[in-house]
Amino acid sequence: MKPLLNVFSKESIIIIICAALVLFVFSLFGAAFGFRMLAEIACFSIIALGLSIQWGYAGLFNAGIMGFIAIAAFTSMLVSFPVNEDFRQSIYATEIIWVFVKLVMGIVIIWGINRLPFLQTRVALRRLLLLVAIAVTYLIFMQNLEPVASGIEKEAGFIGGFGLPVWMGWIAGGIVAGILAWFVGHICLGLRSDYLAIATLGIAEIIKAVLKNADWLTRGTLTVSPLPWPVSTPGEIGFIASRALYLTITVIMIGFILWLLQRAYNAPWGRMIRAIRDNELSSAAMGKDVNARRLEVFIFGAVLMGVGGAALVTFNSIFDPSGFLPLHHTFLIWVMVILGGAGNNMGTILGTMIVYIVWVMSEPATLLIFEAVKYLGVEWFNWQVPNDFDSRALQMRVFLIGMTITLVLRYAPQGLLPEKIREN
Amino acid sequence: MNEFIFFFNKVIVSGAAIGSVYAMGAIGVTLIFGILRFAHFAHGDMMTLGAFFAFGLTVMFPQAGQLFGLPTGFIMLPFAMVLTALVAVLLDRTFYEPLRRNKINPVGMVMASIGVTLMLQGLIRLFGGIEARHFFFAERKDIFRLALPFESASRKIVITEPQILLFVFTLLAVLAIHFILNRTKFGKAMRAVSDNVDLARVSGINIQKVTVITWMIAGSLAAAAGVLLSLDVSLKPDLSFNLLLPIFAAAIVGGVGHPYGAIVGGYVVGFAETLSIFNWAVFLRPFRESLPDWYELPSKLALVPTEYKITVPFFILVVILIWRPTGIFKGKVI
Amino acid sequence: MNLIDVTQLVAGYGNNAPILHDVDLALAAGKIGVIAGPNGAGKSTLLKAIFGLLNIHSGDIKHNGKSIIHLRADQLVAEGLAFVPQEFNVFESLSVEENLEMGAFIRTDSISDSIDHVYEYFPPLKEKRKQAAGELSGGQRQMVAMGRALMSRPTLLLLDEPTAGLSPLFMEKIFERIIAVNQAGVTVLMVEQHARQALEIADQGFILVTGKNAYTDTGDALLNNDEVARSFLGGVS
Repeated sequence: MKPLLNVFSKESIIIIICAALVLFVFSLFGAAFGFRMLAEIACFSIIALGLSIQWGYAGLFNAGIMGFIAIAAFTSMLVSFPVNEDFRQSIYATEIIWVFVKLVMGIVIIWGINRLPFLQTRVALRRLLLLVAIAVTYLIFMQNLEPVASGIEKEAGFIGGFGLPVWMGWIAGGIVAGILAWFVGHICLGLRSDYLAIATLGIAEIIKAVLKNADWLTRGTLTVSPLPWPVSTPGEIGFIASRALYLTITVIMIGFILWLLQRAYNAPWGRMIRAIRDNELSSAAMGKDVNARRLEVFIFGAVLMGVGGAALVTFNSIFDPSGFLPLHHTFLIWVMVILGGAGNNMGTILGTMIVYIVWVMSEPATLLIFEAVKYLGVEWFNWQVPNDFDSRALQMRVFLIGMTITLVLRYAPQGLLPEKIREN
Repeated sequence: MNEFIFFFNKVIVSGAAIGSVYAMGAIGVTLIFGILRFAHFAHGDMMTLGAFFAFGLTVMFPQAGQLFGLPTGFIMLPFAMVLTALVAVLLDRTFYEPLRRNKINPVGMVMASIGVTLMLQGLIRLFGGIEARHFFFAERKDIFRLALPFESASRKIVITEPQILLFVFTLLAVLAIHFILNRTKFGKAMRAVSDNVDLARVSGINIQKVTVITWMIAGSLAAAAGVLLSLDVSLKPDLSFNLLLPIFAAAIVGGVGHPYGAIVGGYVVGFAETLSIFNWAVFLRPFRESLPDWYELPSKLALVPTEYKITVPFFILVVILIWRPTGIFKGKVI
Repeated sequence: MNLIDVTQLVAGYGNNAPILHDVDLALAAGKIGVIAGPNGAGKSTLLKAIFGLLNIHSGDIKHNGKSIIHLRADQLVAEGLAFVPQEFNVFESLSVEENLEMGAFIRTDSISDSIDHVYEYFPPLKEKRKQAAGELSGGQRQMVAMGRALMSRPTLLLLDEPTAGLSPLFMEKIFERIIAVNQAGVTVLMVEQHARQALEIADQGFILVTGKNAYTDTGDALLNNDEVARSFLGGVS
């Protein structure tokens, strides 16, 4: 008979390591910090599961995770942040609506030109008209938006939110991330896999640029805080209790997602996805619409990233557009997934735990090591220490992410817990 | 007339300068793509690394430029190129070659290159700090102001010494690449490997040597682009990351694996950037009187606000992927 | 002594099940050998195995008495072997002349004589020498491919279905060229679908069935063997 839990299996050893790490953090830094870390791990786990699906199930390379997180966090902020009365009472509240009504009208005209029966046979003319319509719409939109945006910035700061419940914000964030994924996937999924990486990286940069510079929408570098929480805030019931509650909510979400993934994995849909990943040619030959399935996976993963990202930013209670570092944070999540084992849900969550704890602990550890280096350097070599020594020292963590990626790829390409291939 | 000079300075000179940088980067990316079949994400950081090598040498020997009457940073360029080429070969040996031997899929190679880019970034910032630096700390940057022989032209054409060096160097680099690819044995072998690697192997072509030469060319061009750009503007550690997307866009626009396409692509992206952030209101101002009363001339009339410059290469990329994924020169891989 | 000696070869792709089982093949210097047999018999596989492109499980391949199973492709070329694959056998974006130069990659001496030599064998190539090989017709491509292989001055030329997809007229021409190359001293080992025509010019024939030797004899003997003719050559002529 198979034992219920083999204590010496790889899986249980890793679970024990994780538990030990968590205990270590709790005992060293206290329960408030410990719960904060666990809640963050839970949010990261949701994001990592999203990536695990994209990469592990379908082999899609998403290099712009931060873009999906940022746009979802923004949407969530917009939906759930309290209403800005200054803005609501200013003339701009109606004007901004008009600007967007004009934009929608422009888009409808563009769509109409594309569909006009009489243009269907005149390709060159249609292209020309389309180009003109797009250019005119764009220019009118930009010209109209500019004064309204600066007016809002001057009189009301920013447009504020809709003051709706936080959970609606998270769902909206997931949906917007999914729509973005549809756009990117639609363009790139039929092409070589490298192109998806380049395009997602680009979209992440653009989203960051927009969120950082559109002050009327996001307050830009001024940041938006405090974001409302779905549970009682630390101010009301104390840090430990509120963070524990937050953790509970996110863990329930993870449970639901895992249940959903388990069902999808074993459903015909999941089998088809794996068949496509393992042998694209023969799946295509068997009449499966490879790109449509991939697009579904890509969108599904992006929705999870969006929900997880919205939950993460809500937990930190501050929306800071310049805090989204496209490359570093994206690949922190990549390390979590490839180390844990892409396609293995348990592995992904454990990978997230290990990597995040190490990441959090690496900050004081790096500083400690570099303090020692500094001390020795000054004592022995009379070294001129640069002013920005500490911020430089923290760059070592970036180096470590990079090194982990290359090492995992070389020595454990399947991760610590590889996807379990079930015998059919 | 002044408006045209303004246009020339802002669009033509700047666009040619940044286009040259993109072109040199894109040649490397496209060669690596053609021969090793993956998108090399660490290319931007090889540029920064090259620039830092040159900067370090400039700090060590600040007087070197006076001997030749050129900026010291430029004198250090060949050394930076050699050093970066060596680093490129070393990176391939340590990180990419073992993965190739394991027959990892191309996406795995892309990920490895991102790992390398993060490592390089960490090291560059650890040793180089995060603030911007200037090559011209001990010398003066020559700026040429050329007056045009027209009555109405009071503005002058402005061009800096680093820009002139950049144009000259790019021209020489393109000629050298052309010569290498079409006249030398290893250059032809590079084209052969890019065309059909299996046949190249059975023909007896030493793939390993071809790979090393590819990395040396790509690395030295990356270093040159990095040094020349930082001479013109300034040396920032995040230089690389902002260059990555335009360079990929340039390589894809030109047709991946197609070196001449990469050059054209570099200038397409460069000029597209300067054209779209150019303030077209300048051209309307002279006609202010004749414009209808209801039209209020905006102070700024650019296609894209300067803060959103990064959207331009992305937009070009998206258009080319939709319209013609093989690029204008019909690259081989889609 | 034989130029090429394959003994008890078991080989396959990667770690998959072997395709060739205990295959023997021996060919003396200066001869033409033809490997024939039904589809899926492992004819091309045998050729690729000789050229080091397969995973060899057991057995040995000797060239001039020296085992070559551990050599890389470029070392095999230096050893005097040359291989013309069946498909994708020219560098399409390179000119005809550049294709030939690539065949001489391992050589360090002057190659212009050899290029002239190839143009003598294949006169149509001379006028097309600046043209990209991808623009040529199927027969001309085959000439470029064989020319490229000859540029390394091989002692043993391996041809994988050199007449696949060619018209009968061109097939004749290619066979004629193969004989000319052979008469210049190059040993030829080729795989052919057109078994009858190929065996007519062969000194030695090897008929494989499902990865095993079925018949090995001189070309004439195989042509005159009723059983072989019935099973593999499309009836008694």
